This record gives sequence, C-alpha cells and structure tokens, in this order.
Amino acid sequence: MGVEGIGARVARKEDKRFITGKGRYTDDMKVPGMHYAAFARSPHAHARIRSIDTSAAKAMPGVDGVLTGTELAADGIGNLICGWMIKSKDGTPMKMGAFPALARETVRFVGQPYAVVVAATQAQARDAAEAIVVDWEELPAVIDLNYAIKKGTLQLHPEAENNVIYDWELGDSKAADVAFAKAAHVTKLDLVNNRLVPNAMEPRAALGVYDTGDENYTLWTTSQNPHVARLVISAFYNVAPENKLRVIAPDVGGGFGSKIFIYPEEIVCLWASKKTGVPVKWVADRTEAFLTDAHGRDHITHAEMAFDADNKMLGLKVDTIANFGAYMSLFSSSVPTYLYATLLSGQYVIPAIHANVRAVYTNTSPVDAYRGAGRPEATFVMERLVETAARELGVSPAELRRKNFVRTFPYQTPVIMTYDAGDYEASLNAAMQAADYAGFGQRKLEAEKRGKLRGIGMSCYIEACGIAPSAAVGSLGAGVGLWESAEVRVNPIGTVEVLTGSHSHGQSHETTFAQLVSQRLGLPIENISIVHGDTDKVQFGMGTYGSRSGAVGMSAIFKALDKVEAKAKKIAAHLMEASEGDIEISNGEVRVAGTDKKLPWVSVALGAYTGHNLPAGMEPGLKEGAFYDPTNFTFPAGCYICEVEIDPQTGHTEIVQFVAADDFGKLINPMVVEGQVHGGIAQGVGQALMEACHYDTETGQLITASYNDYTMPRADDLPSFKVSTTETICPGNPLGMKGCGEAGAIGSPPAVINAITDALGDNSITMPATAEKVWRLAQKATMRQAAE
Amino acid sequence: MTKVTITVNGRAESREVEDRTLLVQFLRDHVGLTGTHVGCDTSQCGACVVHMDGVAVKSCTVLAAAADGTQVTTIEGLAKGDELHPVQAAFREHHGLQCGFCTPGMIMSAVDMIRRYDGKLDEKTVRYELEGNICRCTGYHNIVKAVLAAAETMQGGAKKAAA
Repeated sequence: MGVEGIGARVARKEDKRFITGKGRYTDDMKVPGMHYAAFARSPHAHARIRSIDTSAAKAMPGVDGVLTGTELAADGIGNLICGWMIKSKDGTPMKMGAFPALARETVRFVGQPYAVVVAATQAQARDAAEAIVVDWEELPAVIDLNYAIKKGTLQLHPEAENNVIYDWELGDSKAADVAFAKAAHVTKLDLVNNRLVPNAMEPRAALGVYDTGDENYTLWTTSQNPHVARLVISAFYNVAPENKLRVIAPDVGGGFGSKIFIYPEEIVCLWASKKTGVPVKWVADRTEAFLTDAHGRDHITHAEMAFDADNKMLGLKVDTIANFGAYMSLFSSSVPTYLYATLLSGQYVIPAIHANVRAVYTNTSPVDAYRGAGRPEATFVMERLVETAARELGVSPAELRRKNFVRTFPYQTPVIMTYDAGDYEASLNAAMQAADYAGFGQRKLEAEKRGKLRGIGMSCYIEACGIAPSAAVGSLGAGVGLWESAEVRVNPIGTVEVLTGSHSHGQSHETTFAQLVSQRLGLPIENISIVHGDTDKVQFGMGTYGSRSGAVGMSAIFKALDKVEAKAKKIAAHLMEASEGDIEISNGEVRVAGTDKKLPWVSVALGAYTGHNLPAGMEPGLKEGAFYDPTNFTFPAGCYICEVEIDPQTGHTEIVQFVAADDFGKLINPMVVEGQVHGGIAQGVGQALMEACHYDTETGQLITASYNDYTMPRADDLPSFKVSTTETICPGNPLGMKGCGEAGAIGSPPAVINAITDALGDNSITMPATAEKVWRLAQKATMRQAAE
Repeated sequence: MTKVTITVNGRAESREVEDRTLLVQFLRDHVGLTGTHVGCDTSQCGACVVHMDGVAVKSCTVLAAAADGTQVTTIEGLAKGDELHPVQAAFREHHGLQCGFCTPGMIMSAVDMIRRYDGKLDEKTVRYELEGNICRCTGYHNIVKAVLAAAETMQGGAKKAAA
C-alpha cells in the first residue's frame, strides 16, 4: 500500500471547496436572464380537476407564463415511466396508471403538481401560483394499505383492480408447505416497515435552459445519474433528442436514492424554458421535498420461519404488501421484488423459501428506492424472526445464527442469488467481542439498580449490491443495463483525468478513484482529477446507487487502466529497446525489470503525444475507455449489535453502544468506508427510533411534512459507533470489493428493535419505537415485574 | 423596498431589497456568496448558520433589514487566505463531511460553540450543542470528533499565545 494508494486513509481531495463555501450545487448556479418556477400543487389527496383558471395569475407582476398539463400534453411531453417490468404470478404485466408531469384531470396525492408559474423572482412566482384558481371535485382518499386492497374500495387508477399493481411471488410454495408440515417449531411475526422520507440535506433543484440559437437544452439538476436522466428525458418524455440535451449534476448534497428518479419538476423546467423564452430555475422548499421526493420502505408483512427439533431452519414463508403511493416511480417495481425477496435467505441455509408480494396504490406520495432499497426490509424480516425464534426456543441468538449460517461458497439460495464469498462467523465473533457480549448480563443487573431497563440485540445482515449484471437484470425485467463506463486520459505531461459515469454526492469518488489510479501508475493523487456529472464530458454512465460505484464504477476504471498500461508499456519497451513483458510501472517511473534502465512516466506520456518515436503502426495518444459489466452482485455481510437502556419513567431509549463488524472485501480508503457505515447506521437508527410518515387517514394530508414534525436523528440522539471490518475477497470484480454505501441502513434497524424488545421483554413494538410507545410497554413491563 | 447595508466578511454591501428578503437570500442572491445554504425553511437544520456581530444565527430566520448595520461572517470569510480555520482543517482531517451541504452551517456553529465554551468541550456537550444542525450523511460521529479536535487545537493555540 502506497501512502495514497489502495488501503490508505487519505484525506479527501474534494473537501477544500466544501469547507470554504465554494461547493457548487444546482441552486448556486446563475445564468443570465434566469427566472424562477413555482409549482401549483394539489392541496387534496384525491380530487378531480373540473377547471383551472390561470388568468389572475398571468396578470401578476413579473409573470412570464402560467402553464398547465393541457399545454404539456399538447406539446407531446410523455408521461412518467417505470423502468422495471414485473409480472404477476398469473403472468400479467404490472398495472401501471398514467403519471403525467402536470396533472390534467385527477390529482392523487397532496403535493402533486398541476401547473407551473415562471416569473422574474422566486417570490413573484410563488405569489402567482397562489392566484391560480381550481374548481376541485374532492374524492375520498385511500390511505391505509389494508383498506386499499379491500374489495369495494374506491379504485385509484382504471388499470389496477382493487388497487393492486402486481401480485408476485418468488420461491417454491409447495416446498415451503412441506417444510412447515414437518416443523418442530414455527416462529410467526407481523411486521411493519415504516415509510421514510430520504431527506438529503440539499433539496431537489433544477435549472432548465433552452438556447434558441443552437436549439439545445441544458439541465442542471440534483441527480445521482445524469446520463440516465438524459436518456429518459429524451427517449420517453420527448423534450429533446439526446444530442440536443446536456444534463449536468454538479455538486449534489446527498441522494440516498431520492435523486435517482427523474421527477416532473426537472422535465417541466426544461420544457417551460422553451415555452417562456427564459432560463427557468426551481428549488424545492423542505415541505415540497417531503411531499414530492420519492419515499422509502412502507411494507406490512406476515412472516413465518420453520425449525426442526435441532433448531435448524427448514423453511420460510413471507407475505408482504408494499405501498407504492399514488403513482409508480421510476424503479419502484423492482424494490419489493428483486431487491427484497431475493435476500430472504439472509446469512442462512434455508432449504425452502416462498415470498408473495402485492404492490398497492394509495393516495400518498410515490415510493421508490431509499438507501438499501428492499434489503433493509428483507433484513428486518429475517433478523426479527431469528431473534424472536431464539427467545421462543430458549437458545442464545448468536448460537441459533451460528447453527444455520451458510459456510460453503458459492452458495445457491432458493431465491435466485448465488452468494460468492463470505465468513459470517468472523463478523459475528468480531462484533460480539467488540460489544463485550459476554459481559451484558452484568451490565443489565447494574442498570436495573439504577431503575433502567437494559437490552441487547443483534442483526446479521447480508445484502446484494454492486448493481448489477446487465443480462441477469434484463431477464428479470430491467429496462436498462447496469454496467459502468470509464475513460482514463493521460495528458502529455503525465497528469491524469478519469472520466466516470459514476456520480459522487458524498461518496468521496474524487479521492478514492484517484487512489486507484495512484496505486496503478504510482502518481500522487494531486496529479489525478476525477471528472463526473456532465453528459457533455463523460460519454455515458449509469450513475451511483445500489452501492455500485466501487465494485462496478472502479472496475471500469481498472479495465481502462489495463489498456493505458498496456499501451504505455509498448511505448516504453520501444523507447528503451526492451521486451514489453519486462516493463514495470511504479512510483512515477517506467522501468525495465532487473536492469537500471528507466524512464520517467512523463517521458512516456509525452512520447505518446509527440508521436516522434512510436512503435510502427501505433496511433498517437494515451487515452483509453472501458465498459465494465459485473458478472454477479457483490454480497457485503456483517453483524451489528445494539445495546440500549430504557428509562421506564419517560420511555426514552438511549443507545449505549452500537457495534458494527462488516465484510466489504477489499477497502480502498478505510476512513471513507467508516464514514459510509456511520451515516447508514444513523439512518437505520432513525428508522428504528424516530422517523415516521404520518398521513391523516381521512384527508390524506402528510402531517409530518417539515423538520418540526418529522424527527430526524440529531447529534444528541446517537452515540459514537464502534465499527470494524473483516475481509473476504469478492471474486466477482478485479479489485475484490463489495459495496459499503447501504450496509449501515440495512443492518441496523433490527439490531435496535431486537435490543428494545429484549429490554422490555415484549416483542410487540413497531417502528419507530418512539418514547411514547416505549413508555407504554415499559409501564406494562414494570407492572409485570412488580406482580412477579 | 428597503436599503440595507451589511458588512459581510469585512466588506460593506449595500442593496435595495424587498422588505421580506431574508439574510440568507441577501447573502446568496444579492451578494453572491452561495456557501450559506438553505435546507429546511423552519430554522431546524442549521445549514444557513452565519455569525452576526460574532454570534451564530440562522440566516433563514433573520430579515436582511434586521441585519442592517451588522457585521456578518459567512463560511467564505472564515479562512485567512490559504490558511484554513482550525475547525475547517479538523473537519477535513477527521472526515467530518460527505456531501458538504450541511458543512458550512456545521462549521459556523462549531466555531461559535468552541468560543462560548472557551474550548472546554466533551462529547456530550458537543452533541447537545449540535442539536440545531442536521447532517444526513455522517451520523455525526466524525463531526463530533472534528469539533473536539479543533477545540483542543484552539485551546492549545490560546495557551501557547498566553505563555
């Protein structure tokens, strides 16, 4: 390991601009003549639009134009799409209702846009949006999931009978029935996976510019995947062909999935710029973000796990209803299916698994991928079941897990996935040691003396990321391939630019990607620049989500570096009259192995560009590109242990320690990896303890639509975390890496809830385990203890 | 419209602004300093924290007119040329930021906190004091480390100066 190469804790190259206020986010962009958009949004969860009167709004000061869905449709702007086809078990395709960027006839969730105002200032645009008059015909709102699928409930889209989008299954139900028939013990649980709002700190924003001279469009936007945005806006929304549309995602202030999707506002800003003749900027305020960013999770699940008399797992049955909200968001269909049910084998050998998933429309904000996307939901099912089973069977939770771990690899689960490598015992042991699991009993007794209820819970998660092998996901219904591309450009003076289709919105690519190049070419990272987020600079890319930028994005860079090195070696061999096979590149020098012959790297780079003395027939230049398509997912896994102390008088839960032992394969920058785990754990603890979307079931209003109401984890809600890693090398990519971006959010919620249920001696609590809920159960526990 | 003069990072900035203009809008839209961010509109997230007459304020909750005649320091005014403020340097060294959006407000709050406590901080106090700044990326772990490290550096610097 070099000081700046793979494995080094290098401070980040991108930090200077962020700590000095020089970051450039979409809302920081200004272009000459720029005006502002404000969207008119539905105040109702479900209503018909009888008419829209924009005359008063159009007459307001500073207004350039007021545009509605009728004009949008007249201009041929397409409805929003869902990019992953899921078929129900009867073979019928998913039932997708139309999702126009501006509603024309019906609105189906509070906050859905139906018109846009463009005006000289943001305040003028907002004032005018208030002056639009709509004649609404209010309709009943369908909010509750179980109510939505009841026969006779009002149907929200003509396409989806009983509001069911699909009724899908995975696994073998007959085999599961057989397994359950011979079970010595069955553990049953009803679980709610609470709806969350991703809450990237930078609200979504878009700046659309139509250039009348060249008839080109430019979109600055808060996107995790600008190339996918360009593709979808061109191919499906018909705003402009790809060669006439440039999409730039500059600094982006967090994404967590919510900035994967192409939203109505981005499409409308581009279109409105041409319609009004001015560049159009829109920035969401926080309540708009709460109402219109795609939400995450929101499942209700019944799950059963069967054991034999020796406590070996025999089978698993899972029945899940997933809330999709009012419309199908871009990748919504894949989340509770191929990103969820495929992980229901957990870290365990389970011979028979069957999962059934129903996707359902309600009058709530659309739901899609949020950090972990399907895998947190699967992990919550598995790890709540296993911990509960251990308590019912009277065995230690760790031993029950050990007994059932997958131990030989590759391991084919009954639910599609082939686990390539892992050592689950190693992370379990590392976590138990770090948590002093053996000393818990003593700590519990000590806490009791102080009147506190202490509990401990663990969670052994596995997830599938590094998304994903294109042919495999194509066969499962994906509308895109999930490879990544890279180009490595060596400049004549030997410095390097890497153009990548990955996008960094906090993941530290400008540093970690440079570390890879530094390792390979022996150059200091200050000589290496990472270019991303601009479709005019980078040829193509699939973007950053699903913990894919290391395993997939860096593998593409690795492949391009192979080609650069091969050409550089040819040139060096020619210049030094040596055999190509003897050339080594290290420490900024190109050497002939076993001799003192060497050239500085810059001479080879310069030689490639002067072209004065190249091998016969070789093209000048030193620049190579590569596409990398992974052969499998990667399978990060680990063990998280949470220890809590509950004050029965207040219901306050204090996390007294949180331990994470993760296996991410090879690490590029351990400091960055730890940061990703910390952040993921915080979001998982947030889900477990405090974050909740409350909809009024009668009116469909989102009651928790600001930071005054939706409880975000703050510094004083969390402890410092004890994180460590174990290592099994991923055989599926050249760097041996697994993804680390989502693990924290995937593994932590069941650890927290297992700890709380342990402390309370009551398994019934639902997420978020707020102080009120905990207090009620703590009172019961205290009374129970008093009775004993 | 109101005429407002605010000394921003040592430079007097006079503008005619709408009465409803907020200090954060004055800084971002009128002066062009975009390091101060808006994250929530409800004074909860702290991405907009600046110093007004030496005290941390949430600039989304102060009218520009109310800041007339004051001295305001923003994140852009914290470093001395190329020399980073110790809090900025500590955030970098301890990986106290990821996406960078909350960072300016975090740093401005941390500077104010260290001043108020005269650098005598422990983890619990730092966590309590950061209650008005939300970060969604870091889980606060490395932010807390950075603030504690900066407090120690600054105290050490103060002791050295005194000796």
